[in-house]
Amino acid sequence: MPGVSMTVNGKAVTGEVEARTLLVHFLRENLRLTGTHVGCDTSQCGACVVHLNGKAVKSCTLLALQAEGSQVTTIKGLAKNGHLHPVQAAFKEHHGLQCGFCTPGMIMTAVDMIRRIPDLDETIIRQQLEGNLCRCTGYQNIVKAIHAASLEMKGARA
Amino acid sequence: MTAPLVGASVRRKEDFRFITGQGHYTDDISRPGQAYAYFLRSPHAHAKIKHIDAGAARAIKGVAAILTGADLAADKIGGLICGWMIHSKDGSPMKAGAHPALAVDRVRYVGDHIAIVIADTLAIARDAAEKIEVDYELLSAVTTPDKAQASGVAQLHNEAPRNTAFQWELGNKPETEAAFKAAAHKVKLKLKNNRLIPNAMEPRAAIGEYDQGSGGYTLYVTSQNPHVARLVMSAFIGIAPEHKLRVVAPDVGGGFGSKIFIYAEEVVCTWAAKKVGRPVKWTAERSESFLSDAHGRDHVTEAEMALDAEGKILGFRVKTLANMGAYLSTFASSVPTYLYGTLLSGQYAIPAIHVEVDAVYTNTAPVDAYRGAGRPEATYVVERVVEEAARQLKIDPAEIRRRNFVRKFPHQTPVIMNYDIGDYEASLNAALKLIDYKEWPARKAEAKKRGKLRGIGFSTYIEACGLAPSAAVGSLGAGVGLWESAEVRVTPTGQVEVFTGAHSHGQGHETTFAQLVAGRFGIPLENVEIIHGDTNSVQFGMGTYGSRTSVGMTAIVKALDKVEAKAKRIAAHVLEASAADIVLENGEFKVAGTDRKLAFHELALNAYTGHKFPTHEIEPGLKESAFWDPLNFTFPAGCHICEVEIDPETGVTKIAAFVAVDDFGNVINPMIVEGQVHGGIAQGIGQAMLEHGVYDPESGQLITGSYMDYTMPRADDLPNYKVGLTVTPCPSNPLGMKGCGEAGAIASPPAVINAITDALGVKEFEMPATPLRVWQAIQARH
Repeated sequence: MPGVSMTVNGKAVTGEVEARTLLVHFLRENLRLTGTHVGCDTSQCGACVVHLNGKAVKSCTLLALQAEGSQVTTIKGLAKNGHLHPVQAAFKEHHGLQCGFCTPGMIMTAVDMIRRIPDLDETIIRQQLEGNLCRCTGYQNIVKAIHAASLEMKGARA
Repeated sequence: MTAPLVGASVRRKEDFRFITGQGHYTDDISRPGQAYAYFLRSPHAHAKIKHIDAGAARAIKGVAAILTGADLAADKIGGLICGWMIHSKDGSPMKAGAHPALAVDRVRYVGDHIAIVIADTLAIARDAAEKIEVDYELLSAVTTPDKAQASGVAQLHNEAPRNTAFQWELGNKPETEAAFKAAAHKVKLKLKNNRLIPNAMEPRAAIGEYDQGSGGYTLYVTSQNPHVARLVMSAFIGIAPEHKLRVVAPDVGGGFGSKIFIYAEEVVCTWAAKKVGRPVKWTAERSESFLSDAHGRDHVTEAEMALDAEGKILGFRVKTLANMGAYLSTFASSVPTYLYGTLLSGQYAIPAIHVEVDAVYTNTAPVDAYRGAGRPEATYVVERVVEEAARQLKIDPAEIRRRNFVRKFPHQTPVIMNYDIGDYEASLNAALKLIDYKEWPARKAEAKKRGKLRGIGFSTYIEACGLAPSAAVGSLGAGVGLWESAEVRVTPTGQVEVFTGAHSHGQGHETTFAQLVAGRFGIPLENVEIIHGDTNSVQFGMGTYGSRTSVGMTAIVKALDKVEAKAKRIAAHVLEASAADIVLENGEFKVAGTDRKLAFHELALNAYTGHKFPTHEIEPGLKESAFWDPLNFTFPAGCHICEVEIDPETGVTKIAAFVAVDDFGNVINPMIVEGQVHGGIAQGIGQAMLEHGVYDPESGQLITGSYMDYTMPRADDLPNYKVGLTVTPCPSNPLGMKGCGEAGAIASPPAVINAITDALGVKEFEMPATPLRVWQAIQARH
């Protein structure tokens, strides 16, 4: 089996995978980073979103081998030194999660969205969530959480 | 004194692990030496299995076993069951077709289970499944309920002539007929309640494990009710006696009913673990979830209402065809009967009601409870017809409802239910205010100027939750009691562990249940741990469905009562006072009127040391349990109003406003309750505008088998909801609560469709309101 190496949540990792192994399965099965979830088989639901070299990607839509040499951040690498990322904190504060299954992907998408778009409003956030499904919340509190986090992060930068 | 915990929007204790990716869902569990399972499923809607050749598949390196229905039968493993007996109107018991966990000689829907392939990796298992050769003799299929009872169509089960599982009725037919004779107005509608596919975001999963040393099995499974799963797998399916079967439902990623049921995959994985001598793990792919999770709804109904000249409802008659799919799933028979017919009185004082339901088999996935389960179907029928009555009689839709509201409680309906309390006018008025009904004509006119069709639709719903008094449901055919259990253990150092038979899969029990306990004992929230979902640690419990958390929480209250009573007796000895003089205030046991007191943790330590009280009179330790059987159903009710705006050029429909005012009785955590309402409305709007489980009528193939074909509501499909609460405390439980999990999904579909039919000026309209259907309806008007 081919070998693969990358940096995941700041740590250098290597592994042997079948060529057909998806990045999400490498993360979940080989590295036991089970915070990244699989909710569908057609790249629609976004539960598997991670950051690849700083950009949000669906880790079910990449082969592990395509991530060779990359920097990968998963939900487990988002909190730094025991401090929640502002987006994580906002999801809790605004009740942006219920069962928690879509949450890792939602949060990783939201962090990337806030990085890319300086002035988020409700309409833009809803459009930007096109690739993430949630069955519990009806999205209202997710949108609220992302908006609140974006304002807080902008305030922190100012 | 700190602010009371009960009634506060406390942020959730469980969130930390979920937002940091540290939840423990079934698929996150990996057992040493585990093998992976893949299920070979039927590609045909209906076929005889003539022969299965798995020789080539078994020869693949890494394949541990391939097992079929013949292997299950050889081990005398029973089939799946339906646990609610319904009797037809002629008195005969329902005709439940045999439901083997792996098909024996026939497959009855696309996705039906044929074999389990177990291998070292999932990839090998899938490769091997492709090498299995099944020789089928194709049979014709019947996929829609309206065709199922016709002569000459495919027959699914020898036990069920004309594909009919039962023909049920409720209410009084002669009285209803008489009401129609006396009526000034009759209002008739044909309605379809579209098939839905539940789609909890976590796909179903199961890991079966067998320990040769103890002879015990463990099943990790995505379940809303692990004890019920154990009971059924033990008593009916025969996997192992209950004490040799541990069922663990860890973090579960949403259920909405679909994870109540005992499915083939978990049964087969558990059984197979012993056969292969390794843990066997299966996780559904989403496409398997679409095919094999129990679906919801799928009713075809004709309803007719009799009214007097002033719009008072005199009688209501309803005929429904309910599609049960290919087999009766675990609680399927209760859904179109006692969870449906009993709610057909709505919020209204209707003197006479009669409902007839034919439940039929088709070559489609089994249909069972999905968020609301029967109550959304009933509400859709009642609220669509009442709205149509308002239009036909030219009465304002709010006014016709006012004229018919139940106003005296308790109120006995003609369809079993005894409404205990409510104030329907209050929620209607609050909703009218929230949507600014006075300005409605101006909004409609303004939309017209912009070339848009604006409509408004009402839904004043009622549902029955708090399932349910055991004797009552037993008399109606339930195979189980519907009480709940709780055990409260105080540790020697003063923390509290609560073991609950309820299961949390998004509802936030770890927070709301802890609020109860921490509020009662005046201890920090973080000193309370809620433990659920493991039959090895929790005493028998019934699980979570049907918005029945009021039952589980009352069980906790009853256990807390016992703990407090015992603690006071102990405190009396330690403080050398009479037990009657001990009061619990702010986490301290005090002798009333003195400064003698014990902090909660001091009392706990005293209970376990046993030094200062007579242990022959009062047992050491501080731990109590309770089983609570509810006294009545609870009756959440409220008013949802929807406004839509339609672009007549394209048929694209936007929800311009959606308000919901609900009466859930007392509320423990308003933030969580509001979240439940949001989610329920989203699923209801999904049903009304987006979602539809569709089978090809000829081939029986599921056309909507992925997220590319089945329209899940996305963030930009949905509006912001304005929600409000009114409160009439429920008299049948000490917390005064009613339940809130399903209301949104129950109330919202008729509100949306009433708004769309108002905008279009049409009488009948089928869900979901896709742009194509709306556009076609516009064209048909001209």
